[in-house]
Amino acid sequence: MSTTAVPWSAVRGDARLRRRHIVNVTMVGLIALAAVVATLPLIFIFIHLVDRGGSAVRWHFFTHMPAPVGETGGGMANAIVGTLILMALASTFGLPIGIGAGLYLAERRGERFATLVRFLSDVLNGLPSIVMGIFAWQFLVRPVGHFSALAGGIALGAMMIPMVARTTEEIVRTVPVSLREAALALGYARWRTSLTIVLRTASAGIVTGALVAIARIAGETAPLLFTAFGNQFWSTSLAQPIAALPLQIFTYAVSPYDDWHAQAWAGSLVLIALVLVISLIARIAVRRRFSAAGD
Amino acid sequence: MSTLTPTAVRARHTAIRISGSAIGDRLYDWAITFFALCVPLLLGLIAIEISVAGWPAFHRFGLSFLTSSAWDPVHGQFGAAPAIYGTLVSSAIALCIATPLAIGVALFLSEFAPPWLRQPVAFLVDLLAAIPSVVYGLWGICVLIPILRVVVMPFLRDTLHLGVTPFFSGPAYGTSMLAAGLILAVMVLPYISSVSREVLMAVPRSQREATLALGATKWESIWGAVLPFAKSGIIGGVILGLGRALGETMAVTMLIGNRPEISASLFAPGYTMASLIANEFSEASGDLHLSALMAVGFTLFVITLVVNAVARWLVMRVSRIGGQT
Amino acid sequence: MTAPPTVPMRPIPANAPRPIPAGRAEPLPETPGIAAPAALAADHFSFWYGSNKALTDITFDMPIRSITALIGPSGCGKSTFLRAINRMHDTLPGARHEGEIRLDGVNVYDPSIDPTALRRWVGMVFQRWNPFPKSIYDNVAYGPRINSSPPRHELDRIVETSLRRAALWDEVKDRLRESALGLSGGQQQRLCIARTLANEPEVLLLDEPASALDPISTQKIEELLYELKRELTIVIVTHNLHQAARASDYTAFFYLGRLVEVGPTDRMFTAPREERTNSYITGRFG
Repeated sequence: MSTTAVPWSAVRGDARLRRRHIVNVTMVGLIALAAVVATLPLIFIFIHLVDRGGSAVRWHFFTHMPAPVGETGGGMANAIVGTLILMALASTFGLPIGIGAGLYLAERRGERFATLVRFLSDVLNGLPSIVMGIFAWQFLVRPVGHFSALAGGIALGAMMIPMVARTTEEIVRTVPVSLREAALALGYARWRTSLTIVLRTASAGIVTGALVAIARIAGETAPLLFTAFGNQFWSTSLAQPIAALPLQIFTYAVSPYDDWHAQAWAGSLVLIALVLVISLIARIAVRRRFSAAGD
Repeated sequence: MSTLTPTAVRARHTAIRISGSAIGDRLYDWAITFFALCVPLLLGLIAIEISVAGWPAFHRFGLSFLTSSAWDPVHGQFGAAPAIYGTLVSSAIALCIATPLAIGVALFLSEFAPPWLRQPVAFLVDLLAAIPSVVYGLWGICVLIPILRVVVMPFLRDTLHLGVTPFFSGPAYGTSMLAAGLILAVMVLPYISSVSREVLMAVPRSQREATLALGATKWESIWGAVLPFAKSGIIGGVILGLGRALGETMAVTMLIGNRPEISASLFAPGYTMASLIANEFSEASGDLHLSALMAVGFTLFVITLVVNAVARWLVMRVSRIGGQT
Repeated sequence: MTAPPTVPMRPIPANAPRPIPAGRAEPLPETPGIAAPAALAADHFSFWYGSNKALTDITFDMPIRSITALIGPSGCGKSTFLRAINRMHDTLPGARHEGEIRLDGVNVYDPSIDPTALRRWVGMVFQRWNPFPKSIYDNVAYGPRINSSPPRHELDRIVETSLRRAALWDEVKDRLRESALGLSGGQQQRLCIARTLANEPEVLLLDEPASALDPISTQKIEELLYELKRELTIVIVTHNLHQAARASDYTAFFYLGRLVEVGPTDRMFTAPREERTNSYITGRFG
């Protein structure tokens, strides 16, 4: 065994190496600090949400109508139902178009028109929600002459289209070509391969994508300001203005009354819980379907 | 029929199936093409409807609609400069604060966090990206504004003597450009960090090992291999954040103070294009006011369109260069 | 393994030294003429991933200016051992070791040893070629840049020398500024070797460097290693027994985290002393 001076271990005391280590430790420390600083406001929001919202959520919050100014208590029954109706409307309108467009993007990958549609759908995705709001007002409310739940639902659905299209495309792209080829080789027509084999394989991802889109539009306020408009009374008519949780939260939040602030926190908590519950249910459903397919 | 050989039967069935599948294929192609057409149609419709509605204001004020800072509904004067300025400044504040923090979080999660910490933190960040704008606004009104008014603003202005600069001078109302920028930073941070995290996670382990095996420190590995590999994706995430910040409406409307003035001070109230529309649209004082708001909406539409286009071009270019050099 | 090695089995000669117990170092030099000082030596080295013991009491020498092949079935610990030499496991939580691995007589796990510095002297090439998405030049220059930041002309010289040593210079000298990802798989793997050589290491560790390559690229890599061993100590993990038989001077057979047998390659393939070695190299398991 060699006992002569070894070059490799002679670098132990190298000043350059020590400097590199100092830089390393500093940067790693900064990264950890960034992680702490970044999560702090998020944790604060969550604590406030649970604390203030939790203390204001009572059973009658779900069953009662908003109380008039000056009266304490009251609930957001109409807004909760309104939000559910708007979400259903938006999904009815947005999901089929979004999924169909996503299929197109995935199947016509290289074509010029597909590239254009992909680009435009990114543009549409980046469109500010308030712009969607004034467009829906101009297109659906102004000609009719009054606000309506339908206009709000369509505005939200339009916002879902690019989100759903892009996630659908990404997921369908991950379906192995071999699977598609196997189906085609068995004599499946192209359309049947796409609609059964490909879509089914991609279904979990598409459902997740759709849910993310629904979760995002559930809390959207700006597109509803001039379409669904909000309603202090009970209404489930699609042709009439309808209450929605985000709108109600906004109205209460900018008010000067402490009691209304409490109601706004409660509404926020319910809204976020609603979103969570929906995505949780769907996630479980997807998992069950997956495991069933696995058996 | 009885004269047909089995081969002939099979051939005939095949022929039937082919023609059937051809019709199905054509229908399927038409259907997905129609759905795909909806995207450009919708976008075109939005552009046309809003530009037509905003045309009277553009026509009346010309280019000065974008450069004039006089927004006076009472006297029928409309210049969108304060709103454009406020939009750009609040978004710039947000990105300056959020980008380093978001990349830090993403790096922490992808490079350092032990597995038991990674999942919950990532879930929390994703969860918080789902918090509606209006809830951020509520939190801003009830928590952020009082802290700014009582603690942060006096500290910056008086204790740090930053009040001598124009940027941190003036009375501390709380509702301000600073408040809007801060809440935007909080709002876009999860966006940037979750995109960055995904991109960083996708960096092959072999890239990290290659640098470490060449004698790199952890940071050198991140700086030399991980970040360059993930660069285009991270830029994409930042641009996504910018797009969201530019068009963000509710939280900003609730915090920025809604005053159509250009002030160098971040303590002063301001307006963004989105908050201007949200605040005045339902109470527009006449057709010209309404048209001016539509014109503001169209301007916002064009700005976000340009940002998105530039971003995509940038990402494409960056990844192309990344692939070459 | 598909086929036994082409070398016919021979009985152990009568004058052969007595068999040594598994996991013990064969006393080197065993045969006069191939004697060489050990550049690397494992001394009762054991290794754990968490509670899972991956290596047990490994002791053997890897002589200088020679190629030592580590063979054994999947999961036998040969890659784990290779990565332990330049402490690539340090980043894994729960990784733990006992015993020593010595480079030129110095324990690489000595607290005074900085793994960052160690890895500059103990280069490693991975199974799947992993060039950076940068130019060919920048790939090779990466190591020198972080370790010593030499001046430009010096860096140019290092890049050229390294590419020449990796037998890649003639193929890429006109396209140094082009992306490394434009090269073929075999070229990329040789680029990774060049990148490692640019650090002027003493030891070169290769983890199945040719397992994903075509036969011609594999042959090029083997020829390259044959050239490189004049200046370097090379340790190579391989699944391919033919490769071990062709390219290495010494062979160590790992099984279930233990070193079963080690010795000169021709002796290992002709007269294995352990029944398990014999079974493995004749293709009866693995």
